[in-house]
Amino acid sequence: MNRRDLIKQIALLTGAAVAGSEIFLSGCKSNDRTVSGFFTKTDISFFDEVAETIIPKTNTPGAKEAEVGIFIASFSTDCYDEAEIETLKKGINELNQAAEKKYSNNFILLNASQKQTLLTDIDREAQKYNEENERSGKQKLPHYFTLMKQMTLLGFFTSKPGTTQVLRYVPVPGKYFGCIEYKKGEPSWA
Amino acid sequence: MPDTTHVNINVKGKGQNTFDVIVIGSGISGGWAAKELCEKGLKTLVLERGRNIEHIKDYPTMNLAPWEFKNRGRVTKKILDENPLISKAAGYDETTRHFFVKDKDHPYIQEKPFDWIRGYQVGGKSLIWGRACARWAEMDFEMPIRDGYGIDWPIRYKDVAPWYSHVEKFIGVCGVKENIETMPDGEFLEGYELNCVEQHIKGVMWDKFKRYYASGRWAQVTSPNEIQKKQGRHCENRNLCMRGCPFGGYFSSVTSTLPWAMQTGNLAVRPFSVVHSIIYDQEKGKASGVRVIDTNSKETTEFFADIIFVNASALNSNLILLNSISDRFPNGLGNDNGLLGKYVCHHNYRAGLGGTFEGFTDKYYKVGKPAECIVPNFRNVHKQDSDFVGGYVIFSGAGRERLSDRGLTSTIGADFKKEISEPGGWTAYMYMQGETIPKKENHVKLSRDKTDQWGMPLLITSVGYDDNDDRMVKDFLEQGRAMLEAAGATITYEYDNHQAPGLDIHEMGGVRMGRDPKTSLLNEWNQMHQCKNVFVTDGACMTSTGNQSPSILYMTLTARAVDYAIQEMKKRNL
Repeated sequence: MNRRDLIKQIALLTGAAVAGSEIFLSGCKSNDRTVSGFFTKTDISFFDEVAETIIPKTNTPGAKEAEVGIFIASFSTDCYDEAEIETLKKGINELNQAAEKKYSNNFILLNASQKQTLLTDIDREAQKYNEENERSGKQKLPHYFTLMKQMTLLGFFTSKPGTTQVLRYVPVPGKYFGCIEYKKGEPSWA
Repeated sequence: MPDTTHVNINVKGKGQNTFDVIVIGSGISGGWAAKELCEKGLKTLVLERGRNIEHIKDYPTMNLAPWEFKNRGRVTKKILDENPLISKAAGYDETTRHFFVKDKDHPYIQEKPFDWIRGYQVGGKSLIWGRACARWAEMDFEMPIRDGYGIDWPIRYKDVAPWYSHVEKFIGVCGVKENIETMPDGEFLEGYELNCVEQHIKGVMWDKFKRYYASGRWAQVTSPNEIQKKQGRHCENRNLCMRGCPFGGYFSSVTSTLPWAMQTGNLAVRPFSVVHSIIYDQEKGKASGVRVIDTNSKETTEFFADIIFVNASALNSNLILLNSISDRFPNGLGNDNGLLGKYVCHHNYRAGLGGTFEGFTDKYYKVGKPAECIVPNFRNVHKQDSDFVGGYVIFSGAGRERLSDRGLTSTIGADFKKEISEPGGWTAYMYMQGETIPKKENHVKLSRDKTDQWGMPLLITSVGYDDNDDRMVKDFLEQGRAMLEAAGATITYEYDNHQAPGLDIHEMGGVRMGRDPKTSLLNEWNQMHQCKNVFVTDGACMTSTGNQSPSILYMTLTARAVDYAIQEMKKRNL
């Protein structure tokens, strides 16, 4: 599977199917914003915490170690259009408000299990939102959390730790074997 | 004087601007012309409009890991906005885009929507091609005249079969011999094993439909023979071909034919050279050379030769010939019948579908292969038996989903990380590559008033689909669904994207071969009827499109035409 397929694959995730993938793959206007110019250090720490909750450190590295926070800021700056960036930016506030409402605290200050519970709820909301979006047939942006999750997965599984320590990375495979045994638990090829 | 700073001169003897043969274009067919000519001792000048590319040295992304690309392969909005056209091309991304043109540099006029995909560099699009290399079958040559949708090809399978072998042995084509009437076997290197779901589909296709599901015949050096070892090439199955391959795993002019030709001492390659026109010598009744615009200095230089091979890519070959005006040929070189630029055709790639499979979860593959499976044409094989003419092949494959949340039990956290890191369920896809009918109204011509930055007239494209294409799409979608469902798939998507002609990157025709000078431009040896020392052996020569991928046929026709040209030279006919 080539790189382009990988991006498509990730775009098709999490019920954001049509709307999400189209927006994820579509063009938008250029902008010259630098990462630091558009997203603050706090934003990047926030993205790191969200990403780490989605892909936590276990016996292998998690999203923070893979610097997914900075990737989200940089990728969206380079590749998103203004409306998408706006959705993402507003998403930071919305997610913090949801944290305040449920736990009376800023997201970044929640403990791991609170973060996990909150994001699991928001992920469910996002799927519902995207499904309704698709049913309505309107070309609306996907839910902000879908954007965060997509970029987390793309950023993590193309990072060095994600590629080499979580997936199985074989840069020069040599002979191809068409049909081999697979044991449950073995990771995908990177 | 030519700008020698860009000339890679390795020619001893002859005057600087005079050669035995000039080859216009360094892509897949131009490279072959160069190899064959130089091997036979002819001093050969290859003209290339783009920059030079040297094997390995000029593949800047070939060894980069995914994390070494800032946007992990994705091009930025800015690049997409500036290149809405070229960015649609298959394989165009952050890792490969240096081998594709930029939209703004190379304008053309679309009378009807046409995506003209170009790669201007030494090696041309051979660096970024799809690499499928199946042979045409006997009926592919016969169908147009048999079913009344075109003029007759002046050649048959038997005329090209030995030349297919000649090309396959040199470039390296993997495949499995299966004795299929509609897709003849070739000289294959080791073929790719089908994965377990592909094997399953293959079995069902034969049992229920008596149709084939063949391992891809692809230009990958899976098991190098002596000649590929001499070229220093073998495939490591990295599946990153279009970046340029440090192992020379796939065929390109840059990895294979051009360095081979260079070793003879007979080759000169001149990059940055836009060919303005072919010079016609009225007294001698033949072409005497070409006029070249240096893309940097914009100076014009003339080069001379006894024979000219036109391999500029299908539409650019049309453009050069249309722009080669003389008293004898006021409408373009060899264009007495007014058909130059007409009967342009392409491949119909509009439709595809795919689905998911239950089971096979204890099977996987290692790691990936840079090839697909081929379902050879099964329509109109012996007579027209469909509501359309022409045939189609299907490219197909199966694999396990990767980074997919389908069927996962978790959405966030450690369990999710583990689940999504494992291969998902099996899926399979099919997409079509269909023949289109060569039609007079599908044409290219030159703008009378608009020129590019080098003063070349802009090409106007006027190429469209017809209802035969619609009927073929419908049939493919029905048959594709029937075959995948019979194999147990649940279809999850199907499309007819109505993509513009050209995006197939299989544009052909305009300078077609034929038996009759009244209805064609080239004879059975790719030689211009009206200007015998000019040969056109790229996609422009195609009488019909067939249904198989065309590149290997261009290489085959080129080698065959060079052989003929050399015989004619010896007989002093050229």
